[in-house]
Amino acid sequence: MTVSILLFLPILAALAVLLFKNEVAKHVAMFFAIAELALALYFLNGFVADASLQYSIDVPWIKQFGIYFKAGIDGISMVMVLLTTVLVPLIILTTYEHQYKNAKAFYALILFMQAGLLTVFTAFDGFLFYVGWEAALIPIYFICALWGGENRIRVNIKFFIYTFAGSLFMLVAIIYLYLQTPTKDYDLEHFYALSLDAKQQSWVFLAFFLAFAIKMPIFPFHTWQPDTYTEAPTAGTMMLSGIMLKMGIYGVIRWLIPNAPVGFLTWGNIAIILSVIGIIYASIIAFKQTDGKRLVAYSSIAHVGLIAAGIFAWNIYGVQGAMIQMVSHGINVVGMFFIWDIISRRLNTRDIDKLGGIAKVAPNFAIAFLIIVLGTVALPLTNGFVGEFLLLRGVFGWSIPTAAIAGTTIILGAVYMLRMYKNVMQGELNELTATFTDIKGSEKLALGIICALIIVIGVYPQPLLHISEASVTNLLETVSHKFITTKF
Amino acid sequence: MTTLIIISVLPIVLLYLGLYKAQKALLPVTIVGMLIALAAAVMQWNTNAQPIYNGMMLFDNFSVVFSVGSIVSTILILMLSKGYFEKISSHIAEYYAIILFSLAGIIVMVSFHNLTMLFVGIEIMSVSLYILAGIRKNDFASNEAALKYFLMGAFSTGFLLFGITLIYGSTGSFDLDVIRDWVVTHPKSHDALFYTGILLIIVGLCFKVGAAPFHFWTPDVYEGAPALITAFMSTVVKAAGFAAFYRLFSVSFSTVSSFWSPVILVITIATLFIGNITALYQQSFKRMLAFSSISHAGYLLFAIVALGAASANSIFVYATAYSIASIIAFGALVLVRQQTGTDNFEGFNGLARKNPFLAFALTISMLSLAGIPLTAGFIGKFFMFSGALLQYKYLMVIIAVINAIISIFYYFRVIIAMYFRSAERTEVLVPAYYKFVFGFSVLVTIAIGIYPELISRLI
Repeated sequence: MTVSILLFLPILAALAVLLFKNEVAKHVAMFFAIAELALALYFLNGFVADASLQYSIDVPWIKQFGIYFKAGIDGISMVMVLLTTVLVPLIILTTYEHQYKNAKAFYALILFMQAGLLTVFTAFDGFLFYVGWEAALIPIYFICALWGGENRIRVNIKFFIYTFAGSLFMLVAIIYLYLQTPTKDYDLEHFYALSLDAKQQSWVFLAFFLAFAIKMPIFPFHTWQPDTYTEAPTAGTMMLSGIMLKMGIYGVIRWLIPNAPVGFLTWGNIAIILSVIGIIYASIIAFKQTDGKRLVAYSSIAHVGLIAAGIFAWNIYGVQGAMIQMVSHGINVVGMFFIWDIISRRLNTRDIDKLGGIAKVAPNFAIAFLIIVLGTVALPLTNGFVGEFLLLRGVFGWSIPTAAIAGTTIILGAVYMLRMYKNVMQGELNELTATFTDIKGSEKLALGIICALIIVIGVYPQPLLHISEASVTNLLETVSHKFITTKF
Repeated sequence: MTTLIIISVLPIVLLYLGLYKAQKALLPVTIVGMLIALAAAVMQWNTNAQPIYNGMMLFDNFSVVFSVGSIVSTILILMLSKGYFEKISSHIAEYYAIILFSLAGIIVMVSFHNLTMLFVGIEIMSVSLYILAGIRKNDFASNEAALKYFLMGAFSTGFLLFGITLIYGSTGSFDLDVIRDWVVTHPKSHDALFYTGILLIIVGLCFKVGAAPFHFWTPDVYEGAPALITAFMSTVVKAAGFAAFYRLFSVSFSTVSSFWSPVILVITIATLFIGNITALYQQSFKRMLAFSSISHAGYLLFAIVALGAASANSIFVYATAYSIASIIAFGALVLVRQQTGTDNFEGFNGLARKNPFLAFALTISMLSLAGIPLTAGFIGKFFMFSGALLQYKYLMVIIAVINAIISIFYYFRVIIAMYFRSAERTEVLVPAYYKFVFGFSVLVTIAIGIYPELISRLI
C-alpha cells in the first residue's frame, strides 16, 4: 500500500461523479469521500509515529529533468492527510440542504481539489509539490466563480492572480534549488542537504515566503481573502479556509524554513512581526463587521496570524502548536461558516444587527453555535485552547513582549465572537428571526460531529500531538544543523 | 527528402482535382497524401543522416521532429477547414494547394544545411502566405493584410538576404558547418562584415517569427486574414521560424553567442512586454490571440538566448504545446463567429451552458496557453525557465514570470465569458471533424502535461 492510492482515488471519484445524474451526485461524492477517509484511517492504523517516511512511493516521472513521483507520509503529513480527509466529507455533508445547479460538476471539482491538496501534503518532490499546489487552485477557482455571489468574477480573478503570482516565484525558487543539487533532481531530501550560502538562502526564502504568505494569508498579502471568502459558495469558503490555507502553513514548515534556514534567520523577525500585526489588524476589523461571514473571514486571518507567528518562532511548542491548531482551526472555521450558511439560508441575511433571539426558537442550534464559538475563542477543554496555548508558549520562547501582543488575539477574539453570539442568538426575537426553525437531519449530524471533535480534541489532544511530534523534532534538528554548517 | 517530394507533388495533384471539379475528393486526398508524407518523415527517424546534395539539406532528427510537428498541425487545421473555405471562395483547390506549398517551404526551412536553402525555404513559405492572407479578394481587411504582409515581408527578406551575403563575404561559404569552422578558427577576428551579417539575419528572422520590435505586421495581418489561415500562420509558420532560427544559431554561431545573445535578450524582453500588455487591451478574441502569439514568441526566444543542450527539445515542446492550444482556440473562434458574427469576447458569453464540450476544450486551451500545470503549456514554460536559470539568466526569468501573471488576465477573460457570464444564445453546431480535432488536441495537451517525455527527448 502506498500513498498513491490516496492521491488517485479522489481523481477517479471525481470522474465517477461526473457519470451520475445531478440529483445523486452528492451521495456519490459522499460515498467516495468516506472511502477516502476510511483509507486514511487505515493508513493511520498502520502508522508508526517516528520521523520516517512511510507508505512512500518513488518512481521516475520525467527522468530527463530528475523529476520523480516521490510522495509519502511522515508525522506532519499524516496530520494534514487526516485534516483533509475528515473535512471533505464533512463539507459535503454541509451541502446536503443545498440544491446546486449542475451539482455533479460541483462535487467533481471538490474531489479534484482534494486530490490536489493531498498531493501537496504528501509530496516529497519539488515538482510534484508545485503541480499539486496549482492543481488545488484551478478547481477552487471554478467552484468560487461558478457558484459564488454577485461580485464573484472580479473577486475571483483577483484571488487567482494573487495566488498564481506567488506560486510562480515559488516555482522559480524550486527550479533554482534543483539546479544547485549535485544529483540534479527535485528530491526534497537533496534540497535539505544543500549547503547554500546566506545570500542564496535569503532569495530562496523570499520566493517561497511570497507564495506561502499569500496563501495563508499573512498581512499585508491578505487583501484577496475577505472578498473571496464572502463571495464564494459556503462549501468553497470551507475548502479555502478549512484546508487550502493550511497549504501555506504546511509549506512554511516543510519547504520554507528547512530549505532556507539562514534566510529565515535574516527575514524571520520581519515575518513574525507581520504575523503579529496581522493578528491585531484583522481582529480590529473583525470587530467592526456586521456581515457574519465577513467577520469569520477576518477572524480567520487573526487566527492564522497566530499560527504563523508560532511557526516563525521555530521551537517545538510553536510548531507542534501550529500542527494541532491547523486541525482545530479547520474544524472550527468550517463549523462557523456552516452556522452562517444555516442562518443566511433560512433568513436570507447575514447582517448581525438584524438578528437576535434565535436561541429561543432553536435551542439545538444555539448549543452547537455556542460550542463552536467557545472552540474558536480557545476556552480551556476545547480544541482551540490546546493549539493557542502551545502557539503562545512558542512565541513566548522567541520574545516575551511579542507573545504578550500576540496573546491579545484570545481577548480580542473573545470580544468579537461573543458579541456576535450575543447579537445573533440572545436578546429579543424580531419579525425575521421568529421564523427561524431549528436544525435537523444532515445539519444536526454535521454540527454534532463538529462539536464532538471540538470537545474530544480539547479534552484529550495527546494522540494527535503524538503523531507529528517525532517528525517535528527531526525537522527542528535538521534546521539547527544547517544553521551551524552554513557559510556566511 | 521523400517527405518534401510528396508535400511538393501533392498540391499539383490537388490543382488538377480542382480543375476537374472534384471538390469532394480534395480533403481526403490531401489528408491521405499528408499521412504518407508523415510516414515518410517518421521513417527518417534515427537514420543518422548526413548532409545531402553537396551539403544543401540535412534530414536529421531535428528536421524529422519539426517536419512531423508541422505536418500534424497542418492536418488538424485542414480538418477544421472542412466547410470553411467553401464559404469564402469558390476556388477551394487553390487553398489546399497553397497551404501545402507553404508547408513545403516550411520543411525546407527546418531541414536546411546551407543559407541559400534557408532563404529558398523562407521565400516559398512566405510567398504562399502573402497569397493566403489576401485570399478573400473582395474583403478590405484581407487585402490590407496581404499588402502589409507582402511589403513588410519583402523588406525583411531583404535584410535577411543582405545578412547572408555579408556572412558569405567574410566566411566564403553558405554551408553551416563551414561557417562554424570559420568562426572557430578565427576566434579573435573582429570582422565587422561578419557581425553585421549576424545582426541583419537576426532582424530578418525576428520579423518572420513576429518578435518585437519587428512585430508590427502581426496584429493586422492576423486579424485581416481568414481565421484558419491565421491559425496556420501563428502556429506552423511560427514554429518553423523558430526551428530555422535555432538551427542556424546553434550550428554556426553558438561560439560567438556572447556577441548576439545580449541583442536577443533585449528583443526577448521587449517581445514579452509588448505582446502581453497590448493583448490586455484587446476586445477582439482574434486580436488577443495575435498579440499573445507575440508574447509566446518571447518565451520561445528564451531557448535561443539561453542556448544549451536542451534548447532544441524545449523549442519543440513549447511550439507543440502552443500550436495545439492555438488550433483549439482558432477552431472555437471559427464556430462562434459563424453563429454570432463577431470576434469579440462577448461572442463567447454563456457558451458553456449550451456547448459544454466546446467550452471545456477552449478552457483547456487557455489554461495551456497561460501555463497552468498538468497542461502542455506549463511543461513548455517549465523547460524554458529551467534552461534560462541554468544559464544564470535570473532577471529574464523574473520578467517572464511577471508576464505569465499578466497573461492570466486575458486568457481568463474568455473562460469568464464562457462560464460566468450569461447571454441569450442557441447551441453552436460542432461538426464531427471539429469534434475530432478538439478531442485530439485536448488529449494531446493533457498527455504532454502529465507525461512530457512523450515528446521531450526526441531530438
